[in-house]
Amino acid sequence: MRIALFITCVNDLMYPDTGKAVVSILERLGHTVDFPAAQTCCGQMHANSGYRAEAMPMVRGFVDTFRDYDAVVAPSGSCVAMVRDSYPRLALGDSDLESGVAKVAPRTYELAELLVDVLGVTDLGAVFPHTVTYHPTCHGLRMLRLGDKPLALLRAVRGLELRELSGAEECCGFGGTFALKNSGVSSAMLADKCGAVDDTGAEYVVAADNSCLTHIGGGLSRRATSTAKPIHYAEILASTGSTS
Amino acid sequence: MNGTGNIVALKPFPDAARLELSDAQLRANLRRATHTIRDKRLRVVGEVDDWEELRRAGAAIKDDVLARLPELLEQFEAAATRAGAVVHWARDAAEACEIVTRLVLQTAAREVVKVKSMATQEIGLNEALEAVGIEATETDLAELIVQLAGDTPSHILVPAIHYNRSQIRDIFLSKMPGVLAGLTDDPPALAEAARKHLRAKFLSATVGVSGANFAIAETGTLVVVESEGNGRMCLTLPETLISVVGIEKILPSFSELEVFLQLLPRSSTGERMNPYTSMWTGVTPGDGPRTTHIVLIDNGRTAVLEDEVGRQALRCIRCSACLNVCPVYERVGGHAYGSVYPGPIGAILSPQMTGGGANKTLPYASSLCGACFDACPVRIDIPEVLVHLRQKGPKPAAERAAFRALSWIMRDRRRYAAALRAARRGSAPLRGFGRLRRLPWPASAWTDSRDVPLPPKQTFREWWTKR
Repeated sequence: MRIALFITCVNDLMYPDTGKAVVSILERLGHTVDFPAAQTCCGQMHANSGYRAEAMPMVRGFVDTFRDYDAVVAPSGSCVAMVRDSYPRLALGDSDLESGVAKVAPRTYELAELLVDVLGVTDLGAVFPHTVTYHPTCHGLRMLRLGDKPLALLRAVRGLELRELSGAEECCGFGGTFALKNSGVSSAMLADKCGAVDDTGAEYVVAADNSCLTHIGGGLSRRATSTAKPIHYAEILASTGSTS
Repeated sequence: MNGTGNIVALKPFPDAARLELSDAQLRANLRRATHTIRDKRLRVVGEVDDWEELRRAGAAIKDDVLARLPELLEQFEAAATRAGAVVHWARDAAEACEIVTRLVLQTAAREVVKVKSMATQEIGLNEALEAVGIEATETDLAELIVQLAGDTPSHILVPAIHYNRSQIRDIFLSKMPGVLAGLTDDPPALAEAARKHLRAKFLSATVGVSGANFAIAETGTLVVVESEGNGRMCLTLPETLISVVGIEKILPSFSELEVFLQLLPRSSTGERMNPYTSMWTGVTPGDGPRTTHIVLIDNGRTAVLEDEVGRQALRCIRCSACLNVCPVYERVGGHAYGSVYPGPIGAILSPQMTGGGANKTLPYASSLCGACFDACPVRIDIPEVLVHLRQKGPKPAAERAAFRALSWIMRDRRRYAAALRAARRGSAPLRGFGRLRRLPWPASAWTDSRDVPLPPKQTFREWWTKR
């Protein structure tokens, strides 16, 4: 199986460790992973902010880069949702692009989907002796319907204690440019999310999207009462016991 | 044609929201109320095995109606006229108010009782009636609270959601004639006070004004769905009944109504069935009103219909499920949206109906979390329409320039890799700080409440090429 890695722009620049974790997980499972260097960004920020024309070159770029792989995996529910949910809509009217998207989009997976649905594994032999709480990010939850898949993976991790997050399914308030354009509302949403994370007393807040984790982490580090650290669940699954 | 009336925001959303965000009591009231209805809705929706099929059926019926609206409206008009109703057409809010005002003035009445209705709120009917000396009394408990307070509704279904019960007691004590000073904030006591106040109005009024939840094209029948029974009083006791109905409320026949009578109560009040469903067709000698008028209003609806993506907003049955699950609505309440249609549905409906002004900021009043789409009983893809409206609307020049530049960089692997390298190098001197706490405008919108992490020493692609 030819698996291609799509490392989103946020991960590439800010969170390379998440990408390294995905590589290590897949190689540990015996798969060869390819990182096509032609990849850039999925274009979500442009499209969602209302800049469709500006997003289209990235849509085309993604399709050209990944069209010949059996599977594409990305450690981001949000970017995968862009490809699977929005690309078909954006491609409408351009028959070449439509057929390219029809080929690539169904084979583009968020990490938990690839592991659980395609490769059929939930126990990766990871060890992470810490308390964690899981925030299901909106796009993973409502566009990809990831459901319990990331939780199933986390539950199989040795030493990990999962603590329930109240109001888990509520948005953290990031929403791309929403965080800037409606900063006040976004911050109010964040304050409630941070409060819920604090209430768990967990050492780590875990999610499938580094953009949401940047928001939550940025809020937590501002609060005197908060101690939880943000971490992508891929890094937990790659962990073999030493504290990250 | 674009709509007018109480759907035109006076202030951009971020400004209006800032004001509401500073009200801690409001946020507490909203949180409590929306979570209560939200949980109730989830419970009763969970009881229905074929809920997803029902949602799809509801969406399909509404789409069919929108596709052949002129034909169905004419069919409705003919049937209603045959049954003895008088049908009027209004292009906008002003015209609708003028028609209703004239109809009331033609009677001897200078007082009307009202059934809770979004359409009459939308056209600003109470104010128009007041201007010619006609007193309109809202008979829905929550509408009455808002009316007594001299306030405007802030929720489609629960217009007084922004008040808690002790605030409501204070409003009754200061504004409701004849209320005893010992009134407590016990809900039954408050309801009893309102009942006494309204009973006199029901018995003396000769004109009733309503909206309609559905209008059946085949028979010319109007349908009102409600919880308190006050609506049924207004619909049956007065001699004259005037109903203001949006043109999108049409259903082809009674068999489609079955789908919506399942979808609506569960989505709006979290009830299996609403307590009162009233239907009336024209006039019946010796039973109910002797004269019935139906005012069909456009007020921007045909403008919405013209947009292929945006028209799904007209499927809306005003259940308000999207408001109750929306994290933005929960923090700021309905007034921030500057329209009688607040929340996610308002953010797509109001700008389309009015075609601009301060409403243009509404499509940005969402984090696109998608909770509204999941809750919508007629599957309006609100996030899709929000993005579509952002795409269609005007944008700040600086923002446009920034997105263009980003697009130019991101469409080419070399430029992109170079930009990542530059960002990593450029921030290197700051790395000792770990994270940034204060950035200049416009990034200050972020750092007002959030820290910014700094990029590590190596990008992923640098690591990959060296491994």
